[in-house]
Amino acid sequence: MLTWLGYFERFGKNFLRGAGVTLELTAVGLVIGFVLGLLLALARSYGPKWLQRAAGGYIAVFRGTPLLVQLFIIYYGLPELGLTFSQNMAAYLALGLNSAAYQAEYLRGSINAIGSAQMQAGRSIGLSKWQTISYVILPQALRLALPSWSNEPISLLKTTAIVFLIAVQDLMAEGKRAATTTFDFVGVYLAVAVVYLVMVFALDALFKFLERKTKIPGMDIETRR
Amino acid sequence: MPKPILTIKNLTKTYGQNVIFQHLDLTVNEGDTIVIIGPSGTGKSTLLRCINLLTRPNEGQIWLDDLEITAKGTDEDQVRQHIGMVFQNFLLFNHLTALGNVKLGLTRVKHLSDEAATEKAMRELNRVGLADRANHYPGQLSGGQQQRVGIARALAMDPRVMLFDEPTSALDPELIGEVLEVMRQLSLDGMTMLVVTHEMGFAREVADRIVFMEKGYIVEEGSPDEMFNHPKFDRTREFLWKITELYGKKEKEAE
Repeated sequence: MLTWLGYFERFGKNFLRGAGVTLELTAVGLVIGFVLGLLLALARSYGPKWLQRAAGGYIAVFRGTPLLVQLFIIYYGLPELGLTFSQNMAAYLALGLNSAAYQAEYLRGSINAIGSAQMQAGRSIGLSKWQTISYVILPQALRLALPSWSNEPISLLKTTAIVFLIAVQDLMAEGKRAATTTFDFVGVYLAVAVVYLVMVFALDALFKFLERKTKIPGMDIETRR
Repeated sequence: MPKPILTIKNLTKTYGQNVIFQHLDLTVNEGDTIVIIGPSGTGKSTLLRCINLLTRPNEGQIWLDDLEITAKGTDEDQVRQHIGMVFQNFLLFNHLTALGNVKLGLTRVKHLSDEAATEKAMRELNRVGLADRANHYPGQLSGGQQQRVGIARALAMDPRVMLFDEPTSALDPELIGEVLEVMRQLSLDGMTMLVVTHEMGFAREVADRIVFMEKGYIVEEGSPDEMFNHPKFDRTREFLWKITELYGKKEKEAE
């Protein structure tokens, strides 16, 4: 019954290597997505009208189409326009560009919640608009966004599994190879699922820890409007 | 000859069809404490917001000393440094300690060194009686303490004039006194102040002049004695009587 536990012994090294690639994809996608997502959120909240619309359009397109389609366009489609990416690079890009749209929405929500009152307070002592955004709004907005934003790394980690379709050697690809070697699909994928689960738990614990670490004393920030 | 710090001429503010105030003139002299009273929705707060350029008037001019701050191309951030603002809802920076709140403008706007900023900020916190709360976050302070930090934050910029927008309206009655006491001391120290409030006791005792505003017009202005004891207009008398009755009761309850 528990034969699948044996797969950790047999394919442990491969799973570990694959898990490393999966974590790397998650990390790179998350960072690209965060930087771009933050810019998109700022553009939507504080940019001129045309930029707000452009950012809104970006978010609508990337949230409104399947990640797999985006990945295939980047990997198979863009070379026709003379833009060729390695498998890993295409995966980073697709994950990052897609995650940016979601992260932008998390961040925009909390930027709006911090609101124009804090902006006025900042301006009233002579801070410029962008100084107020950097020193007053963002430190509060990022903290406010953290509990809901921490869904994104977890969701992204699981989403990375689709990149085996363009032959990136992630955990899923290693699992598939092991499965076709043993023909025990249930057992191998169960083992693979456990590895994903462990990574998700670890991420979850990390962000819970971050939440506690960055708590603002005396402020029940989660329930603030 | 008193020196005007703030000169407002023919100021008009509208939101769409909605006229907030029209053709308003007001002069604030150095060292004066001017209290603006009037029913809510008469444009008192909007007037303060126009003065520190948080909103733009549609017409008219405002001078700070000899500088017309409503002129095109004015450096708003530069102007706001010299005009302190205290908000009804305190609006402290919630992620910073009391000290951090007071320091932010000193380090980021005045570009003081961290050491000099801390020293100056502690002086201002001391002035409002909160040196011992320097490392508390806003969420750990009472409303009255938060508002005093708000005052210290504005004072730290060494403003030419301080604007108070109903600074005690959001406070529990028992916390109003400590804020008014800080403001009274500030007035005695010679700070130029423009105060929107319903605290008639404060107005009577501290104001050099009281301005009664209603429906976007200045109905009457004068010394506390003139306004309370022999106002020119019935409307002034009526309003003062009503508000003193209402808030006087509240003050008694608090005692």
